[in-house]
Amino acid sequence: MNEGLYWEGMSLLDFARGPAFRWAVIIFVIGIVWRLGALLLSSRKDLSSPKGSTTGGGVKTLLTRSAPPHELEKNIVFQHYTGYAWHIGMFVILLFGTPHMLFFADILGFTWPTLPTPFITFFTVVTMGILLTLLVRRMMNPVLRKISTMDDYFSWLVAFLPFLTGFLAFAHITFGIRYETMLALHILSVCLLLVWFPFGKLMHALVIWPSRYKVGAAFARKGVQA
Amino acid sequence: MAASKTVGDALRSNGVSRRGFMKFCAATASMMALPPSMVSAVAAAIEKARRPSVIWLPFQECTGCTESLTRSHAPTVESLIFDSISLDYHHTLQAAAGQRAEDAMEAAMEENYGSYLLLVDGSVPTGDYEAYSCTNGHTHLSMLQKAAAGAAAIVSVGTCAAYGGIPKANPNPTQAAAIQDLVKDKPIINVPGCPPIPTVITGVLAHYLTFGTIPELDAYGRPMAFFGQNIHDRCYRRPFYERGLFAETFDDEGAKKGYCLYKLGCKGPITYNACATLKWNEGTSWPVQSGHGCLGCSEPDFWDKGSFYRPLSAAYWGDAKTVGISAAAGAAAALAASALARGKQKKAQQEEKA
Repeated sequence: MNEGLYWEGMSLLDFARGPAFRWAVIIFVIGIVWRLGALLLSSRKDLSSPKGSTTGGGVKTLLTRSAPPHELEKNIVFQHYTGYAWHIGMFVILLFGTPHMLFFADILGFTWPTLPTPFITFFTVVTMGILLTLLVRRMMNPVLRKISTMDDYFSWLVAFLPFLTGFLAFAHITFGIRYETMLALHILSVCLLLVWFPFGKLMHALVIWPSRYKVGAAFARKGVQA
Repeated sequence: MAASKTVGDALRSNGVSRRGFMKFCAATASMMALPPSMVSAVAAAIEKARRPSVIWLPFQECTGCTESLTRSHAPTVESLIFDSISLDYHHTLQAAAGQRAEDAMEAAMEENYGSYLLLVDGSVPTGDYEAYSCTNGHTHLSMLQKAAAGAAAIVSVGTCAAYGGIPKANPNPTQAAAIQDLVKDKPIINVPGCPPIPTVITGVLAHYLTFGTIPELDAYGRPMAFFGQNIHDRCYRRPFYERGLFAETFDDEGAKKGYCLYKLGCKGPITYNACATLKWNEGTSWPVQSGHGCLGCSEPDFWDKGSFYRPLSAAYWGDAKTVGISAAAGAAAALAASALARGKQKKAQQEEKA
C-alpha cells in the first residue's frame, strides 16, 4: 500500500482519499488537542467555600439547558428543535450510511449494521432542507442577523457542503463533471470540515456538554440558579 | 493472406455464413451505441473494407492481452474478423521468427507507410532504463518511435500500453511510460484492461474498419462506446447495494446469495469498462459474477490505489503514529498558549498592585 504517497498523474479522488485526508486529520488532531488542552489548563482553583453541590448543579444545568428555557420558549422553540432534528439526521447519515460506516470501521476495526440507501437519501434531503431553512432564518431575523459573525456563516457552509456533495455524488447529479470528481469533492469537503473544526464554532461539538456542566457547577458553587 | 483482399472475402473463405456475419455486425453496432438502421451500413463497410495492415508490437508486458484475444474455446466470429485484418507482425502469433519476422515487419511498414494500424501492448521503459526492454537488440522506445512515425493510428491494448500499468506501479523501477506519453503526433485509442475484453479489442478494430476514423474517446482516451459506463451502474448486484445487503466475507451467507461486494473492496463505482454488459468468455461470466470485486483494472494507476480488498470509502487517513505526533504537537501548543496566558495574567496583576 502506498498510504499517503503521491504519484505522477494522481487523480483528484486519489489526492482526496490520500494526502488531503491525511493532512486534514493531522490539522484536526493538533487543533483539537491544542484547544481542549488550553481550556483545561486555563481553569483556576476556586478557594471560596462551596454553597451547594457542584456536581449536582452541573448535571442539572446540563439537562435543563438541553431544552428551551420556559421564558424564551416561544422565540426559540423552532430553532431549538430543528437544531436537534438536523443533528440527528447528520448522525444517522454519518453512522448508518454504508460507505461512512466502512470509513469508521477501517479505523475502529469493527463493523455495524447500516441502513438501505433510500433511508440515507431521505435523511440527507431533510437535513439539507433544515440547514437551508436555518440559514434563511438567520439572515432574515434581525436579532440573529445582528449577532451572526463570519464564523457562523462559514461554519454553516463547511457543515452543509458534505451533505450537498455527498448527495450529488450519490445521486449522480454531477453537472457534467465526472462522478469520481464529485466523490473527490465530497471527501475534500469533509477535509475542509476537519481543518476548520477546531478553529471555528464547529468546536461546539466537543465543548457544548462540558461547558454546560461547568456553568451549572460554577453557579451551584455560588448558590445561584443557573 | 494478401493485404488487398477484402474482409468480406476473407470471412467467406473462412466459412462464416451471412447470418453469422450480420449477427456480428448487429452486436458491433449495438456495442458502439449506433441505431439499428446503421447495422447494414456497418455490414457493408466491414465487408468492403480493404484489410488494413496491422503491426502489433509487444513491449514491457505479460502477453495477457494477446492471451485474452486468442484463448477462446472455439473460433468465434470475432476471432475470424481479427484473422481478416492483415496482421503483418505479432511476434507471439506469427509463424516467422528471428530475422525473418523483423524483415516482415520492415516490409509491412515500408509498403503501408502512413496507413497501417499500430497495436501496442506493454509499457515502454525510458531514460536510464531504456535498455531494460529490448527485442532483437532494439530498445522498445526506438521501436515505438520508428513504428509510430508511419502509423495512421495507434491502439494501446491493455492498461500497460494505455497508462503504464503494473510496470509503472510505484516506485516505477524502469521509468515505464504509457504510449500516449511518448507519442504525441498520432491519434491514439486506449483500450485498457488487465487484460481488455476481447470483444472490446475487436470492436475498436471494427469501428476503424467501418468508419476509417477513431471512435469518440473519453477523458482517458478510451472509446466511449465501451468505457462510457460505470461498472457499479451496470452491475447486476447493484440492487443489493441499494438495499444495504452486502457480502461481509468471501464465503459468508451474503456471498453465497450474491450480495454486493462493496464491503470487500469492489472498485466498481469508480471503474469504467464493459465487463458488466459484455462479460467474458463469450458472455459467460465476469469477475463480480464469479464472486470477486472489481479491481478497477481499466483505470490509470489501479495498482497504486491501495489494497484491492479495502473498501472504496476507507480513506488513507494516516496511522496511529501520525495521530500521536499530531496530538503531542497540539499538547505543546496548548502548554505554550497556557504559559503565555498565565504570564500575561501575572503581569496584569503586578501592574494592578503597583
